[in-house]
Amino acid sequence: MMNRHARALGLAAALGASLTLGGCATNNPKDPFEKFNRTMFSFNDKVDQVALKPAATAYKKVTPGFVQTGVNNFFGNLSDLWSSVNQFAQLKGQDGLNDFMRFAVNSTLGLGGVLDIATPAGMRKHNEDLGQTLGYWGVPSGPYLMLPLLGPSTVRDTAALPGDSWGDGWMHLYPVNDRNTGIVLRAVDQRASVLDASNLLEDAALDRYEFIRDGYLQRRNSKVLDTDKAQERAEKVQKKVDQVQEKVEQRLGVKLAPRVDDGSAEPETAAPAAGNAAPATDSAPNNPPAPAPVSSEPAPK
Amino acid sequence: MKPIAQLIATAAVAAFSTSILVAPAYAAAEAPDVLVKRISNDVIDTVKSDKDIQAGNSKKIIDLVNSKILPYVDAEKMTQLAAGRFWRQASAEQQKALSEEFRTLLVYTYSGALSQIRNETVDFKPFRTAAGDPEVVVQSQVNMTRGEPIQLDYRLSQTPQGWKIIDINVLGAWLVETYKSTFASEIGKNGVDGLIKKLHDRNQQLANKPLKAPQK
Repeated sequence: MMNRHARALGLAAALGASLTLGGCATNNPKDPFEKFNRTMFSFNDKVDQVALKPAATAYKKVTPGFVQTGVNNFFGNLSDLWSSVNQFAQLKGQDGLNDFMRFAVNSTLGLGGVLDIATPAGMRKHNEDLGQTLGYWGVPSGPYLMLPLLGPSTVRDTAALPGDSWGDGWMHLYPVNDRNTGIVLRAVDQRASVLDASNLLEDAALDRYEFIRDGYLQRRNSKVLDTDKAQERAEKVQKKVDQVQEKVEQRLGVKLAPRVDDGSAEPETAAPAAGNAAPATDSAPNNPPAPAPVSSEPAPK
Repeated sequence: MKPIAQLIATAAVAAFSTSILVAPAYAAAEAPDVLVKRISNDVIDTVKSDKDIQAGNSKKIIDLVNSKILPYVDAEKMTQLAAGRFWRQASAEQQKALSEEFRTLLVYTYSGALSQIRNETVDFKPFRTAAGDPEVVVQSQVNMTRGEPIQLDYRLSQTPQGWKIIDINVLGAWLVETYKSTFASEIGKNGVDGLIKKLHDRNQQLANKPLKAPQK
């Protein structure tokens, strides 16, 4: 257990050292470690071409579907527990409970996690980790960093790696041989699940390194901000605004102007309502990152 | 009597003719979420019912994309957004060539994605927008047979020909945003013509490559 953490720490330290010592003088302000990243990317690509992709392809072909699903569910279940911890750390109580219930239900009724009965029961899977928790609390992601074997990351998420590694239930398994087998199996399973998408990527991308980098950074940012839930949050805010408006109308005994600003009566009371009313439909990644509910923009008029 | 009758008649004719003129325009202005839902369901149903497409018949898939999807995509606007500040620096012919090459690349990309549809379903999230917004985002998610649902959003912009798709978001990453860097660095290295050539070469490459059916 200590070995794994020590190694992760050592890796992070070595990377840090090589980054500061290595040439960071590239022309891309968005990707200051570009040279290092591209080297790592080619290395990872080679390993993928030579070992991982063939293994994943064979795995997908040979292994029966239900076994693949079982493996996927098993490892997914382990990640739910750590995800739940991070949800609470981000003050998302409901999601934290959701993820914990997923873990509890799947581990018991789901026969050790092999069956995923939580998802059909309505408990959505989330994927929170320490990097996202740090991001939630305002730690900027830092530049893009391509890690050897581990793939794309950012400076913040790499720093969080020892923490995430500790939170990974499988890493606490003994004997070490079994643990390593599991790690390989999990890697193959994850590679197999994105096999088709990676084939698509080869066609769509002009420069795979850049495409993966920009896609990854956007996706990571979107995960930190939970943009897929932005609509729900906006609707919650909208509901609260509606309630407040109703209360105000009752108290004052007047009908406030409808939310679409048409400059009718009670401009003072209507204006703040109109100002907060329009739910943000913009993609949140374009807004400055904020851990609070999505910042709504005033109705364009 | 007569002038009033005439007045009424003229008014009636005017109203009638304007309603005739206005009505088609209103009918054509399909709401963006309705539009996206319709296209999405249409395309998915077609793919699911057509064994040829599932086997990877590239010609059929590309025809499908061209007929059912591309008319609703504003490829020129997407190219303009992806090229960013370089768009204004490009000449009209370069802009046209770049748009066409990018549109072709998009066709191949969509085709590749469509040929992999098997049992996935799409759920649309409730559509909210402020009235009069010229740009909207329609959110959906694709339910995969394995793993979590994939977030799939569309950004649409209003044009005289109705709403058109100008960007797509998959798993949190916007397509135009992702292509922006590639475009910028390529233009920086070899100019707009270099980018056009690179896109062209890639499209040739994709044209000669058969669409692979996924190994399921």
